[in-house]
Amino acid sequence: MTTTVAPRKPSLAARLGRGLSNGRVTAVLILLPPAVLLFTLFVMLPLGESAYYAFFNWNGYGAPTDYVGFENFERILGHSIFHKAVGNTLWIVAASLLIQMPLALFLALLIHRKTPTNAVFRLIFFMPYILAEVAAGLIWSFVFDGNYGVTASLAQTFGMEQFFILADRDWAFVAVVTVIVWKYFGFHMMIYIAALQGVPEDQIEAARIEGASNRQIVRHVQIPRIKPALIVSAFFAIIGALQVFDIIIPLTNGGPSNQTHTIVTYLYTFGLTRLNIGFGSAVGILLFIAAVTTALLYQRIFMKGEPE
Amino acid sequence: MNRTHFWRNLARVTFLCIIASFVLAPMLATVLGGFKTNAEIRTSALGLPAHWNWEFYGAIVTDPDFWRYLGNSMLISVSAVVLTLICGAAAAYVFAQINFFGAKWLFSYLLLGMMFPFATAILPLFIKVRDIGLLDTAWAVILPQVAFSLSLAILLFRTFFAQLPKELFEAAYIDGCGYVRFFWRFTLPLSAPILATVGVFVFVQSWNNFLLPLVVLNSREAFTWPLGMMQYRGEYVTQWNRTLAFVTLTIVPAIVFFLAAQKYIVAGLTGGAVKG
Repeated sequence: MTTTVAPRKPSLAARLGRGLSNGRVTAVLILLPPAVLLFTLFVMLPLGESAYYAFFNWNGYGAPTDYVGFENFERILGHSIFHKAVGNTLWIVAASLLIQMPLALFLALLIHRKTPTNAVFRLIFFMPYILAEVAAGLIWSFVFDGNYGVTASLAQTFGMEQFFILADRDWAFVAVVTVIVWKYFGFHMMIYIAALQGVPEDQIEAARIEGASNRQIVRHVQIPRIKPALIVSAFFAIIGALQVFDIIIPLTNGGPSNQTHTIVTYLYTFGLTRLNIGFGSAVGILLFIAAVTTALLYQRIFMKGEPE
Repeated sequence: MNRTHFWRNLARVTFLCIIASFVLAPMLATVLGGFKTNAEIRTSALGLPAHWNWEFYGAIVTDPDFWRYLGNSMLISVSAVVLTLICGAAAAYVFAQINFFGAKWLFSYLLLGMMFPFATAILPLFIKVRDIGLLDTAWAVILPQVAFSLSLAILLFRTFFAQLPKELFEAAYIDGCGYVRFFWRFTLPLSAPILATVGVFVFVQSWNNFLLPLVVLNSREAFTWPLGMMQYRGEYVTQWNRTLAFVTLTIVPAIVFFLAAQKYIVAGLTGGAVKG
């Protein structure tokens, strides 16, 4: 990698001496430790401790002594609310892949060309993404409020009865998914737009001269060319679904009767707010396993042959 | 031909406008709601207010709590950005310039942070922060945020630094400039675009973060704005207009910032992601 390497390997002492004289060793010793220390202390160590605490029944005070083996994991895996949370996460993934991504792709195809109107639409569609999730959740909890919100006004206009979608066991999660689509489709759209702008214009021209219709160009030229972007955006949708938390809290707080939990709100509600540190850590470990498995599988299947 | 073109374009614009109203209507209802009485919100959530009441907005901007929440968030986000840029760039510089024993291994180690969600280790993190005695301080939010941002930052920085011309360093080295000085004098200034991209990314993440502050901050004195907003919502649970005014006052700066730094935000939030 470095260009200063001598043809024959000099002795360790010689290398160290030269390293010291040009500041190489000093550079490594000054520039590297802050990042390594911070990362170890606040990312890797807590992760390791998660794996340790998960085997204890512990409220966080004193040292963990009540070793319970796999009991925490058994309790989680047998807990109906956890099943619901995992199911909800899968629903979010499904909605992302089947509603959000097609919508984003369609919009990207409509507005990827650089014109002033397109730029305005692009800005509008991307806007929800830059809002804080909590703010988005609050805004929509107003929209869905059967007494005051936009749905209330609409219901009144059309002479329907008031309905409280966020308090409805069956429909609350549909509302949550709507908010998620609203919040994130612009992000996926931007990824596709960036990719579409990279498709060489002469390829599209060539196809057109050969008599290809717009639809054929989309199907046979543009979509194949932006496949990497589609793969990456699907990955973000899946990993994002595993982390949904902020949006749920203002919208439903996991309710009604625990119907709208995701894995992280489950972890928060049953681990932290009740100070079941062992139990919560075990949920964290399951989440970790899910995320890493997804990432590795995904890389194996879709991302082989990519540089680095 | 021209006629079909016209209809197709009309259909296109109509569709775009429908989606745009789906995006904008909730935000518009929020901004306008802050001007309405609760009775009016009840009957017309989307319409213009019959009378523009400035009092709810006024009550919030004259509330010192509101400004303290924003101040706390600003302090935390700026610190997180500065620390991430310095620590991340320093480490990435070493990986890009210097080949030492274990470099590859250490680099992979630092990238592990991109493999799993922040929430995974939130409970041990809470215990650790409590045991160190940082609970309820800005550091409790800043340090874990920096630690978690480092992986992506290091990856993007290293790619960028590796593309800087090697001749530059050789010339500087002959003039007696060492690695550390070269890093400060040349690498950092030349890397402004990537620093801005990563900086914006970290800032937005930190500014919007909810889970970590929720876990490690307990007193209202230390609250960041998302916590303050939820607190406010809890206090005025039956008065949507106050909550909506509060939400508006927090999202307007975000939107202004977005419009101003659009280029970097889009690059930081999507480009960086694609590269990773």
